Amino acid sequence: MYVAVKGGEKAIKNAHQLLADRRRGKRDVPEISADQIREQLSLAVDRVMSEGSLYDRDLAALAIKQARGDLIEAIFLIRAYRATLPRLGYTQALSTATMQVERRISAIFKDLPGGQVLGPTFDYTHRLIDFKLAAEQEIASGVEAQAQPGAPMPKVASLLGEEGLIETASAADGEGDPTEMADITREPLSFPCGRDLRLQSLARADEGFLLALAYSTQRGYGRTHPFVGEIRVGAVDVEFFVEELGFEVPLGRLQVTECEMVNQFVGTDTLAPQFSTGYGLVFGHCERKAMSVALVERALRAEEFGETVQAPAQDAEFVLSHCDNVQAMGFVEHLKLPHYVDFQSELQLVRQLRKDFAARPAQGAEKASVK
Amino acid sequence: MIESPHETGYNFAYLDEQTKRMIRRAIMKAIAIPGYQVPFAAREMPMPHGWGTGGVQLTAALLGPEDVLKVIDQGADDTTNAVSIRQFFQKTAGIATTTRTDEASIIQTRHRIPEMPLKAGQILVYQVPIPEPLRFLEPRETETRKMHALEEYGLMHVKLYEDIARHGYIATTYAYPVRVEGRYVMDPSPIPKFDNPKMQMSPALQLFGAGREKRIYAIAPHTRVASLDFDDHPFKINRFDRPCALCGGEGVYLDEVLMDDRGQRMFVCSDTSYCESRRAMGHGPVDASAEPAR
Amino acid sequence: MNAPNRPELSQDTELPLMQVRGLTRYFGARPGCIDVSFDVFAGEVLAIVGESGSGKSTLLSLISAQLKPDQGAVHYQMRDGVNRNVLELNEAEQRLLMRTDWGFVHQDPAMGLRMGISAGANIGERLMAIGARHYGDIRSAAQSWLTCVEIEPDRIDDLPKAFSGGMRQRLQFARNLVTQPRLIFMDEPTGGLDVSVQARLLDLLRELAANLGLAVIIVTHDLGVARILSHRILVMRRGRVIEQGLTDQVLDDPQEPYTQLLVSSILQA
Repeated sequence: MYVAVKGGEKAIKNAHQLLADRRRGKRDVPEISADQIREQLSLAVDRVMSEGSLYDRDLAALAIKQARGDLIEAIFLIRAYRATLPRLGYTQALSTATMQVERRISAIFKDLPGGQVLGPTFDYTHRLIDFKLAAEQEIASGVEAQAQPGAPMPKVASLLGEEGLIETASAADGEGDPTEMADITREPLSFPCGRDLRLQSLARADEGFLLALAYSTQRGYGRTHPFVGEIRVGAVDVEFFVEELGFEVPLGRLQVTECEMVNQFVGTDTLAPQFSTGYGLVFGHCERKAMSVALVERALRAEEFGETVQAPAQDAEFVLSHCDNVQAMGFVEHLKLPHYVDFQSELQLVRQLRKDFAARPAQGAEKASVK
Repeated sequence: MIESPHETGYNFAYLDEQTKRMIRRAIMKAIAIPGYQVPFAAREMPMPHGWGTGGVQLTAALLGPEDVLKVIDQGADDTTNAVSIRQFFQKTAGIATTTRTDEASIIQTRHRIPEMPLKAGQILVYQVPIPEPLRFLEPRETETRKMHALEEYGLMHVKLYEDIARHGYIATTYAYPVRVEGRYVMDPSPIPKFDNPKMQMSPALQLFGAGREKRIYAIAPHTRVASLDFDDHPFKINRFDRPCALCGGEGVYLDEVLMDDRGQRMFVCSDTSYCESRRAMGHGPVDASAEPAR
Repeated sequence: MNAPNRPELSQDTELPLMQVRGLTRYFGARPGCIDVSFDVFAGEVLAIVGESGSGKSTLLSLISAQLKPDQGAVHYQMRDGVNRNVLELNEAEQRLLMRTDWGFVHQDPAMGLRMGISAGANIGERLMAIGARHYGDIRSAAQSWLTCVEIEPDRIDDLPKAFSGGMRQRLQFARNLVTQPRLIFMDEPTGGLDVSVQARLLDLLRELAANLGLAVIIVTHDLGVARILSHRILVMRRGRVIEQGLTDQVLDDPQEPYTQLLVSSILQA
């Protein structure tokens, strides 16, 4: 009986075996392949990739398979894997202005240079279950269209910037030498923290947490008066400056989602009124996440703009310390680990307190005896 | 770089050498300023945060091929998480492991300090969930760091005062805060306060790792570690009014094991290795009536 | 009144306890406080009066080192008799001063008290912060200060939540007085209280200040409070001190038209 409370190696082994069995499910249903997940559950793959902070669709798909579709578990697998990868260097900053755009919309101009490109979006679908999908069927290939083929597609922020109507990124934001940028994976977060660390933290933060916070700013807990300046999804080149060669070489392409929110700012005594921005950039096609990042990012800049910090979304320590789902899931779930040593201490204490309680004299007498 | 003899693909003891060097630097700093929480860039480990990632990173940075590792959770070598961590290092470092306290060069622990006194040369690695002893009085990191810097620990005593005013004694039973070498107030991790006196002037090196919170701190060998108290309400540990039902050990920390659904329980050593070694030496239950039903 | 005696101080009573010189602070283009200078002597009660927005609360934040001025100095005669510019003390020294030789009573007791801990711990906190480690001593000090501020000592284990508004303010006094400070800052300490409660609180304050030899700098919009408590008065308007002098003199014979207006509005009310 005593032995039964101890876990032991055998129990762990059996649990792992059972897990593998449940993962496979009924054997008469064909096994899903990582390729199928990558191609057909691509938005789940993108979320795992962006919150796992590793751009590798094959690995993300495999992680989803291994995690039985538990995305946070899959994100965790990716994170643990990436932690062991050597750091070879830092690439040049991505240029989203020259992105090969697959989707690009702006909510603040009806039309603009380069046009609005809807791309693949759920936005105007009716959310009706499509029962036909239950059966396999041929799907016609999509029509990729650019509103104005070949035309340059300048960033909306730069269009506003020409009039000085919107803030421009400052040197303090980490423009320039990429090696001077903070690196969330190589140094601990400390407060107050700069925009670089903030954006990195938010880029890998839990989508659900950010979505709720972003929503709270819209409902008045730290209002920022946002407009979607621009959302663009597409491929950008990654370039690496090779010291020995003296020039940049392309390493490949990434699909990213970028969101720039344009927010009201009335100015202060020293700053003229102009629009401020909130920014979000994430791997893959994660539009809801990019928007949430941009909203929360702007809310976190409250202090910078002399706004009163009172809502949760404006509090950098609160948001950044709790936004990481790998940290959060670990600590919440660690409550499952045995705590019987501490609980034993508490048991003893409660028994003592109850003994004292039962032995104490009537209420009035006790008050008087307190010295 | 030391070659990994086992599982392919990963470096010896999992972490890459650069990361180990970064952690060792943090350890050196922590030893130099006992009780001070050194921030470090904790990596994601292949086990969840809160399950010992801080301790595992310390152990990974400390392990050499000659080391003998012991891992305990709740005092026991065979609890699931202890087994899992021990297997992790067997797999990634191929080092020798033991359950015997006196044989181990590194002991990673969660929630206990072994009953057998530690020796010079041994390292005790604690897994820490919340390294900041002031956290529940002041949630802000910016503020708690200032409080440590300015040695503003009055609030800590306010909490103890409240306990005494309400209950007549200090009602903190585990993670009982200590002051290290007269300077930093430190969280000893959630060990029962029963274990606090073992930290004082220990000849072993004590290291504390909090992976999620990204902090390392240390108690160098032969360092003063005082549990916070009042002059007229000195720190007291909770003693058990009975010996271990298996080995008859006294003055040790006991686990309460429920025997049935009618309130039958027995009390046995939480330190399984200690209990086994006593029984191996021929010790047994003190009182025949306490013999467990088997 | 059985307040413990203050330890011997090497204090020069000829010199002011605090000398404020040329304090100026702007918030952007808006002046908070412009070129304010005055002295406070040991045991003296100084009232800073003015309408809301006149800069009196800004001034209080500046002289209590909670806000940095653009210009100016605040000299304070420390307990060792040395005169130091408070604004040039490091943060550790400022915090120590704030919890030993100074006190601060807020209009809102929730800002000055810890509402979630007992009255005794509220009073004992400062003692523990400076190293008191004897539970019994801390407790008896708390009890005697409760008595001093006219709170029944058997309320020592009650939370401030269970106290009335007037009691909370008195608890704030006790919490500040326990380290026997020489200077207390007060921000509208009677604001928001019933008239009868106010009167009792003012009586207590006057008595405490006199018996303990406390210097008090009190900010109030209520000239009645200033008249009852203070020896001297500063009248502020738009960030500047426009008139200062003995309280009776200023209130009975105001020189500035603005002060005259303030005084007459009180009389009419």
